[in-house]
Formats: sequence, C-alpha cells, structure tokens
Amino acid sequence: MSHKTNITVSKPDQGASLKNYITGFIASLGLTLMAYLAVTQEAFSRNILIAFITGLALVQFIVQMVFFMHIGNETKPRWKLLVFLFMILVVFILVAGSLWIMNNLNYRMSPEDMDSYMRSQQGF
Amino acid sequence: MSQAKTTIIKRHLPEEDGDSKTIFGFWLYLMTDCVVFASLFAVYAVQRNSTVGGPSGVELFSLPFVLIETLILLTSSFVCGLALLAARRGNKQQTLILFSVTFLLGLAFLGMELSEFRHLVLEGDSWRRSGFLSAFFTLVGTHGIHIAVGLLWIGVMIIKVARTELNKANLRRLTMLSMFWHFLDIIWIFIFTIVYLLGALAI
Repeated sequence: MSHKTNITVSKPDQGASLKNYITGFIASLGLTLMAYLAVTQEAFSRNILIAFITGLALVQFIVQMVFFMHIGNETKPRWKLLVFLFMILVVFILVAGSLWIMNNLNYRMSPEDMDSYMRSQQGF
Repeated sequence: MSQAKTTIIKRHLPEEDGDSKTIFGFWLYLMTDCVVFASLFAVYAVQRNSTVGGPSGVELFSLPFVLIETLILLTSSFVCGLALLAARRGNKQQTLILFSVTFLLGLAFLGMELSEFRHLVLEGDSWRRSGFLSAFFTLVGTHGIHIAVGLLWIGVMIIKVARTELNKANLRRLTMLSMFWHFLDIIWIFIFTIVYLLGALAI
C-alpha cells in the first residue's frame, strides 16, 4: 500500500449520543433562563450583572460546543479542535481590537472629550 | 477469511475517509462563518450607542418575546440532534418526523424574528434611523438569512430522504445539516446575550 500524505480526519459521529444531547439541552435551558431572570429581576448590581450574564453566555457556548458539536471528542490528530481554537484567537483579535481602536478614536474625535482633555492635560 | 476482511476494509476506507474530510471541510466553513459573525458583533458593539437621538435597545426590545424565540431555537437545535441519532439508527420514519419538527420550530423562530423586524420598521425604527439600528438589523438579519437557508436545506433533505433512503451520502448530508443548525443556535446565544440582555441593561 502506498502511503500518500494523507490527512487523517477522525470520524465525525464521535460523541453523538442521546445522553449528550439531553445533557446539553437541559444545561442550555437552565443557563438561558438564569441569564434572563438575572436581568429581568435585577438580581445584582449593574456591573456584576454584566459580568454574570457574559459568563453564562460563555459557559453555554462551551456546553453547546461540547454536547451538540462534540468538540474534544475526536481521536488524535485533533484538527477540528485546532481550527476551533484558531477561530477563537481570530475572533478575539477582531472584536477586542475593533472595540479598542474605535473607543480610542471616539475619545480622540469627540469635541467634548477632546476639550476636557486639552484643558486638563495640555493646559489649554 | 481474514483476507476477505482486509479487502472489505480497504475498499471501505477511502470512502469513509472522503466522508470525514467533507465533514471536516464543512467544519472549516462554519469556523470562518463564526469570523463573519464576530465582525458583525464588533460593528454592533462599536455602534451600540450611536442612536443620534433615536431609540436605544431598552426602548425597542421586548425581553419575554426574545426569550420565547430563544427557547424555540434551542429546542429546535435539540430535536435536530435527536433526528440525526434516529437517522444513524436507520429509522427513516422517526428521522422524517423529527426533522419536520425541527423545520416547524425553525419556521416559528423565523416568523417571530420577521414580525419583530416588521414591527420596528412600521414604527419608523428601521435600519435607516441610526447607526445602532443599522448594526442591529445587519447582525440579526444575517442570522435570519442563515436560518432561512437552513430551513431550505432541511426541507430539501426531508424530501430527499423521503424519496430515497438513509444511505451513506444522505447520512453525511444530515450530519452537516445538523452541524449547521447547532451552529446557528450557538450564534444566537451571543445575540441573545449581547444584543438583547446587555441592551436591556443599556450599556
């Protein structure tokens, strides 16, 4: 048998089981309702609330990735996971970078902020 | 005997390999689609306060309505997973029923989203109103278009499976379809949290 440079990709159906789907569904349901109730009942102060529901969204993201998309269930060359992690990196740079640059630009371009900055920092 | 077995395995391997490569390729597409959505989320985050005197999210969004939308889409994603399991078991009738349920739930979700859009536009709060609303309609609308495409795909697959059988090629297609559907639900987690819940807190 000639062994060409074959990229082996593990079988896609690993991890797809009834138990996984039910666990994922119940966990997602709970997380969604928790986030909703926390906001509508104003369970915490504003800043904690923001951190809390952002955290819940990230947990639900991981839950659905694991139980619905079966990430991390592949056998060894873990291409799926590798591509996934690279996607996370790109998304992080894209979103955090955009917010950083645009907030900074907004600050520099808005007349009121600029005026107060000039007065306080530059002595105008 | 063992020779016969190896020939079967050899004959089977390239095809299975091809299948999993196709599915891996589809996974690559989903990951790049995540980047598309990430850029739309970034635009939304930057534009969230650019209301130029127009209404902000607090005044526009109804959280109970969005919660029902979210629960419908989540259930549809779950049922889609069950449908795939039924297909892998080779139960054609159950597969068709469960994918039909997925389709109907998806349709209900899309209907709710469109009625929300219609309501906003009729109130004069369309994408022309402000940067915030442009970003909102682009982000949520792109998700809606994905849902519409997904519904079309589910419809095609239901007809295909009903007319033929649960063969290898159809199983491969159903696997990718369910990945796509789960992916849309995962994107919705962030729309629900960032657009609606954080919008209600007026960040």
